Amino acid sequence: MEYVLVNAYSIFPIIQKGVCSMSLLKVEELSKLYDGETRVLKNVSFEANAGEFLSVIGPSGAGKSTLLRCINRMVEISGGKVKFDGIDVGAMKKKELRKLRTNIGMIFQHYNLVPRLTVIENVLHGRFGYKSTLQGVLGRFTEEEKERAFFLLQKLGISEHAYKRCDQLSGGQQQRVGICRALIQEPKLILCDEPIASLDPNSSKVIMDYLKTISTELGITCIVNLHQVEVAKEYADRIIGLKEGEIVFDGPSKVLYRDQIEHIYGIESRELITV
Amino acid sequence: MNEKRMHAKKWQTTFFLIIIIVVTYLSTSITNFNLIDGMLTIPAAIGWMFSNLLITQDSIAKMPQILEKLGETIFMSIAATTLAAVVSLFLALMGSKTTKVNQFFSVIARFIASFSRNIPVVAWSLILLISFGQNSMTGFLALFVATVGFLTRAFIESVDEANQSSVEALTATGATYFHIVSKAVIPQSLPQMLSWILFMIETNIRSATLVGILTGTGIGYMFDLYYKNMNYNVVALITFTIVIAVIVIELLSNKIRKVIL
Amino acid sequence: MEMVKDINPTLIKRKGNGQINIKSGNKVDTVVKWTIWVLTALTILAFFFFDYTGLQIQRAISETLYNLRVMFFEPALTHFSWGEAFYQVGITLGLGVLATIFGAIIALFLSLLAAENLSKPWISKMIRVFVAFIRAVPTVLWVLIFAIAAGLGSEAAVLGMLFHSIAYLVKAFSEAIEEVNPGIIEALRSTGSSWWHIVVHGILPSTFTYFLSWTFLRFEINFSVAVAMGAAAGAGGIGFELFMASGFYFDLREVGLITYAILIIAIILEVISTRLKNRYFPSSVKA
Repeated sequence: MEYVLVNAYSIFPIIQKGVCSMSLLKVEELSKLYDGETRVLKNVSFEANAGEFLSVIGPSGAGKSTLLRCINRMVEISGGKVKFDGIDVGAMKKKELRKLRTNIGMIFQHYNLVPRLTVIENVLHGRFGYKSTLQGVLGRFTEEEKERAFFLLQKLGISEHAYKRCDQLSGGQQQRVGICRALIQEPKLILCDEPIASLDPNSSKVIMDYLKTISTELGITCIVNLHQVEVAKEYADRIIGLKEGEIVFDGPSKVLYRDQIEHIYGIESRELITV
Repeated sequence: MNEKRMHAKKWQTTFFLIIIIVVTYLSTSITNFNLIDGMLTIPAAIGWMFSNLLITQDSIAKMPQILEKLGETIFMSIAATTLAAVVSLFLALMGSKTTKVNQFFSVIARFIASFSRNIPVVAWSLILLISFGQNSMTGFLALFVATVGFLTRAFIESVDEANQSSVEALTATGATYFHIVSKAVIPQSLPQMLSWILFMIETNIRSATLVGILTGTGIGYMFDLYYKNMNYNVVALITFTIVIAVIVIELLSNKIRKVIL
Repeated sequence: MEMVKDINPTLIKRKGNGQINIKSGNKVDTVVKWTIWVLTALTILAFFFFDYTGLQIQRAISETLYNLRVMFFEPALTHFSWGEAFYQVGITLGLGVLATIFGAIIALFLSLLAAENLSKPWISKMIRVFVAFIRAVPTVLWVLIFAIAAGLGSEAAVLGMLFHSIAYLVKAFSEAIEEVNPGIIEALRSTGSSWWHIVVHGILPSTFTYFLSWTFLRFEINFSVAVAMGAAAGAGGIGFELFMASGFYFDLREVGLITYAILIIAIILEVISTRLKNRYFPSSVKA
């Protein structure tokens, strides 16, 4: 059944304006074991194209977060390969890994900002990947970088909070700071780990709209972990369903039907859909 | 069931009280402590304090000398604490779960901290006194070593408490270890660390008095000198100046703490 | 990078030289910065005020290193026996126990008066000021002052140590009492319970384990205080032996062995109190 669905995907190719749909990320037979025994990911394989908006759904504990963290090697890969722009991520040395991470932005459920610092400082943290240790420690940022930071804050509608401490902002505003921090990296790919799980519906919509714009206008690939199926269906071009560490669905969001959702989430999904 | 538990609890409490009584009894017998005598001493001591610990005109004349020694003691505590804080910061970064470079250095850092903390400051002063002699350096070093031990433990706690998630976020942007430490860990734990430093300065002024008695330096030495000469008026004045100094510093650091925490 | 002209310039703060400022310049940052600067300045200044009489730094350092090596690698007892050593450690522990237990009992009553939710504001305030004063006088001075009236011995030592123990525990206990759910007190009050009923049935059951943990934490401190009092105020115990070994006999091997004895007990106490802290105080606790 899964096989059919994977094929179904090729019937609805995603073609984006101005973005050539070449493969940016290739995950092959990826597996991850914790403590050498708990298997979190089993032979996960998929590709993501430039500018694609991809959503990973699945119940908690399915391995969504681990999958994202394998892509920028925040957790070590146990088996299989992750290729970013054709280069094997698992074989990278420390320096190459740093370079890889500058190309991949990351957005977190709890925003992961430094609470005592200003918004603008937090945004500029996204530039560390390009800095020498000394430059970074001394906090030397160029005027262009600072202006760029202001520009991004303006784009996300929070430039008036630039000098506030991050812990004075609301959740939705903090997540926008997180997006700015990712964007200032000039990434090719943005990984979003449950970006709206701690937000109210209104802020969630704002954040998802921004992420969508990022992928369509800037051509940045977005891989978004979500547990809300409805949101995934509304925004994603393509959905990957993860269950117990295995891909059980991979196809355009249009063809994700009720029985597949039930399969991904098991029995609880009925409540999930009616809500 | 519930009754049974209550019963068990009651029994536990009784058992506990018996242990405390036994331990207290053993302690009184080993130390030759006499509760009645002790109690009787209190009114006598207070009476003595009010009749002898008086600040007189004579003792006021010693004020410049006292202030000089008090200044030395305060400076000694501040210098020992500040420099210890610098060393502790490095040890704490090495020792903390969040920022450790590897397990080996982490264990070493924790070992150094535990070693210097658990040997009392008295022992350090006596050890150092043998070769450093009677001067400020001895007191300074004794306080320094003991403070390193204490602050390292406190700083490790502050660093561990710092939000782990921003460390993750910065790692994901490609930041280096020193970027992360200087821009994510330290900004978060600095106020807490400063609060500990201020606390330690207060504590060290009191300890400096003790160290001073042993090593013959600072205000402690002054106190000891006049105490042994039974010039209690000056003793009173010295005690009074110490109290004022400690309270002023405590108030000041409470003010700072209120703003930064 | 695409440059954009439409940033609202009034939102950007600039430094004197026209560069964009990224610090907020709020009060916290300023106070933190100033505190660090002042402490640094005072530290540098301190070394000009020190009294360096008779200090030969190089000789002192090399000698200390040699002494430390002898102490820690060749410890031995010469002036007294192992049995005596245990006895002296016992005395020090005993002094610590007595000061802690008496301190805890007195502190319990005082903290009931100091807690704002049980007491009148002026009583609470008065006790706090009294406690702050007691804390400001170093323990060794208390012991020495009591020694004049009581004579050198365990009574003076315990009484002197008692003062700081009370001050420390009153603060800890009263804070624990103030955290008791106000609903419990209100409920008991509405049933017409007396003040003592409220204390015995409302306050003590929910704070008792805290009190015990704090008391043990104080015992840990009191052990090292007892060592200090032995050395500096002639209160006896292992601290006095340490003082004699280093200042009187100049016997480094014995100093080493005594230091080890103190170290071992201190580490055991620390391990126990860390466990207690982790179990009963989930958030950070000031030692």
